[in-house]
Amino acid sequence: MSTVTIEKKTKIHPHKFTLWVGIGSILMMFAGLTSAYIVKRNQVNWTTFDLPVAFWYSTAVIILSSITLWIAVKAFKERLMSRYRTMMAITLVLGVIFIILQIVGFQQLWTKGITLQANVSYSFLYVIVGLHALHVIGGVIALIVMSLQAFNTKVRNYSIVPVDLMNTYWHFVDILWVYLLMFLLMIR
Amino acid sequence: MSTVITANEAILHGVQGDSHAEHHHKETFITKYVFSQDHKTIAKQFLVTGIIWAFIGGLFSVIFRLQLGYPESTFPWLEDLFGHWAKGGKIQPEFYYALVTMHGTILVFFVLTAGLSGTFSNFLIPLQIGARDMASPLLNMLSYWFFFMASVVMISSLFVQTGPASGGWTVYPPLSALGDASMGSKIGMDLWLVSMALFIVSSLLGGLNYITTVLNMRTKGMSMTRMPLTIWAFFFTAVLGVLSFPVLLSGAILLLFDRNLGTSFFLSDIVVAGKILPNEGGSAILFQHLFWFLGHPEVYIILLPAMGMSSEILSVNSRKPIFGYMAMVGSLFAITVLAFLVWAHHMFVTGLNPYLGGIFVLLTLLIAVPSAIKVFNWLTTLWRGNIRFTPAMLFAIGFVSLFISGGLTGIFLGNSALDIHLHDTYFVIAHFHIVMGVASFFGLFAGVYHWYPKMFGTYLNNTLAYIHFWVTIVGAYLIFWPMHYEGLAGMPRRYYDFSTWESFKMFGGLNEFISLIAMIVFAAQLLFIINFFYSIWKGRKVTTMNPWDANTLEWTTPIRPGHGNWVGEIPEVHRWPYDYAKESKDGKDFIMQNVPVGDDEEKH
Repeated sequence: MSTVTIEKKTKIHPHKFTLWVGIGSILMMFAGLTSAYIVKRNQVNWTTFDLPVAFWYSTAVIILSSITLWIAVKAFKERLMSRYRTMMAITLVLGVIFIILQIVGFQQLWTKGITLQANVSYSFLYVIVGLHALHVIGGVIALIVMSLQAFNTKVRNYSIVPVDLMNTYWHFVDILWVYLLMFLLMIR
Repeated sequence: MSTVITANEAILHGVQGDSHAEHHHKETFITKYVFSQDHKTIAKQFLVTGIIWAFIGGLFSVIFRLQLGYPESTFPWLEDLFGHWAKGGKIQPEFYYALVTMHGTILVFFVLTAGLSGTFSNFLIPLQIGARDMASPLLNMLSYWFFFMASVVMISSLFVQTGPASGGWTVYPPLSALGDASMGSKIGMDLWLVSMALFIVSSLLGGLNYITTVLNMRTKGMSMTRMPLTIWAFFFTAVLGVLSFPVLLSGAILLLFDRNLGTSFFLSDIVVAGKILPNEGGSAILFQHLFWFLGHPEVYIILLPAMGMSSEILSVNSRKPIFGYMAMVGSLFAITVLAFLVWAHHMFVTGLNPYLGGIFVLLTLLIAVPSAIKVFNWLTTLWRGNIRFTPAMLFAIGFVSLFISGGLTGIFLGNSALDIHLHDTYFVIAHFHIVMGVASFFGLFAGVYHWYPKMFGTYLNNTLAYIHFWVTIVGAYLIFWPMHYEGLAGMPRRYYDFSTWESFKMFGGLNEFISLIAMIVFAAQLLFIINFFYSIWKGRKVTTMNPWDANTLEWTTPIRPGHGNWVGEIPEVHRWPYDYAKESKDGKDFIMQNVPVGDDEEKH
C-alpha cells in the first residue's frame, strides 16, 4: 500500500480535534474542583496559608519546557532532526523536574504541618495540585515515547500529527498550571 | 510502522478521494470479535454486555419487589440462591438496600448509558454520516474495554462478603464515606467508586470519538442540516457526557480521599457507633452539587438517544417527513443547554436558599418548552401518516406516550413548593421510571428492532416482538401508574417494609399487584432476550439492502457490511434524510439521501 493520501489542508485532523474536546473535558473536571473549592471557602473552618517556594521554581520550569517544546516543533517542521531530538530530550527532563519540584513543594508544606488531613483547605490544595501533576505525568510518558521514537535510527517518522498533539497537550497542562497557581494565590 | 498506519488510517477515516476502499487484511477471531476496532462489532459488544446487565438489574428489581409486595411471606429458594442475605427465605434489610442501589446503578449507567448510547452511537454514527469508521477506532475499542473492566469490578462487588454498595445509586456521603456506617459502605463502596471511575473513562473516550466523528468525518454533501436526527441526538448526548462526567469524577475522587485518606471534604461533626469522628469542616451538600451537576445531564444522556432514534423510526414508518426538522434540532440543543442549569431541583429540600430555588424552578419548567415542541412534532409526524406498525414503530409510539405521561409529572416535581411534599416519595419513583427509565428502554427496543437487520443480517421474530411490546407497555403503566397515587399519599421511597406502618398499611394490596405485574413484565423481557439471540443465527434472512424503505446511508451498504462499511466509494449526499411521501423516479414513495436532486425539485 502506498503512503500517498490526499488530506484536505483546511480541515483540522480528527485526532487533534479529539484532543481539543478531551481538553474541554479535563477543564470541566478542574472547574468542578475549583468551584467546590470556592463554595467551601465561604464556609467555616477555612484557613489560608502560603504556597511553598518550590511551586515558583516549578512554574518557571514548566514555562521553560513549553518554550523548548515550541523550539522542538519548529525544528521538526524545518526537518532539523538533531535539534528536534535535543529539544525533546530537554523538554522531557524539564517535565520530570517539574514533577519532582511539585513533590518537594508537598514536602515543604507537610513539614510545616500543612498536611492532607489537617484542614479541608489543605486537602483541596493537595487534590487539585496532585491531579494536575497526574496530567503532567501523562504528558511526560508521551514525551518519553516520542523521544524514544526520535532517537530510533531504524524507523523514521516524519508525520507532524503526533508532534502537533504533544505540543498542544503540553502547552495546555502548562497554561492550566499557571491558571491554577493564580487561582490558588488569589482565592484563598 | 508509520507507513502502514497512515495508509490504514486513510481508509478507515474515509479521507476524501481514496480509491482503495476494500482492504483485506488478515483477521483472526481475536481481532474480529474480541479486540475489534470495527465500530459495528464494538456496538454489538456494548449491546450484548448491556443486555446481560439489564437482565441482572431487572432481576434485582423483581427480587426487591418480592419483599415490597409480600412482606409477610418467606421464599426458601431465595436462601438457596443468596445464602445469609436471605436468611430463612426473607430478604435481609441490608440486602434490600444493596439490591435497590445496584438496580439503580446498573440500569442508569451500565444499561441506559453504555448499553444505549454506546451501542447506537457506535453503530449508527459512521453508517449514517458516511464514514468508514470512527475518528479513532483505537480509542473506541478502549472505550468498550474500559466499560468491560468497570463491569468486572461492579460484578465482583456483588460477591464480597460485606456486599455491594448500598447507600442508593446517588451514593450521598456521609453514609457512603464512612466504612463503619453500614455494611454496604465498606469494600463494596470502594469497588463502586473504582468501577464508576473506569466507567467515566469509558464514556469519555466514547464521547470524544462521537463528537469528533460527527464534526469531522461526514461524507461529501452531508452538511450538518442534512444529518438524520439520530446523529444530532447522539452528538448532543456526547457533548453532555464529555462536559458532565468529569465533574462526577472530581466528586468521586474527593469521596475516595474522604474514605481512604482521612480528609474531610464531605464530612463534619459525625458520631458513628457512639464515637465522635475527628472530621471537621466538610459539607455533605457539596457532594450533592457535584453529583447532580452530572446527575441531571445524565438523565438527558439517557433520554436524547431514545428521542433521536424514535424521531427517525416514526418518520420512516409513517412514510412522512419528520415534522419541523429544525425545531427538532433546536429543541435538542435547548435541552442540552438547560440540562446544565437545573441540577439543584434535586436539592430543593436540602436547605437550599428558597430564592435560589425559585430560579431553578423557572429553569426546570423551561425544559417543558423544548419537550413540548418535540412531542408536538412527533404527533404531527404521525398525523395522517401512512403508518406501518412494525415492532420498532410500536416501541417508538410507546416512547412518545411514556414521554408525555412521565413528562407531565415532571412539571409537578419541578415546583419547589410541591416538592416539599412529593420529594423522596413513590411519586418521584413513578416520574423518573416512566420518563427516563421505561421511555428510554422503549427507545432502545425501537432501535434494536429497527436496526437489527443491519446489525446481524436477519430479522427478529415479529410475533414475539408484538407480545413483548404489548406486555411491556401495559405492564409499565400498571406498575408505575399506581405509584403516583401512593406517592401523593406520602408513601416514601427506599423503605423496606410498609406492612407495619399504620399510614401506608392500606397499600399492601396495591404493592402486591405492582410486584405481580413487575414479574410478568420481567418475563416478557426474557422473550426479547430469547428472540434476540435465537434470531442472530436462526432468524429470517434479510434479502434486500433496504428492508424498511428508509432514506439514510446505512441502507446503502451491503447487507452484511465489512470493516469499512462501503464497497468502493462512499456515497455522496444530495438531500436531507426525510424525503418520504415524495415520488421517486422508480415510482417509490421515498428518495434516498444519495440520489441527486432532480430538475423538478428544490434544493435542500
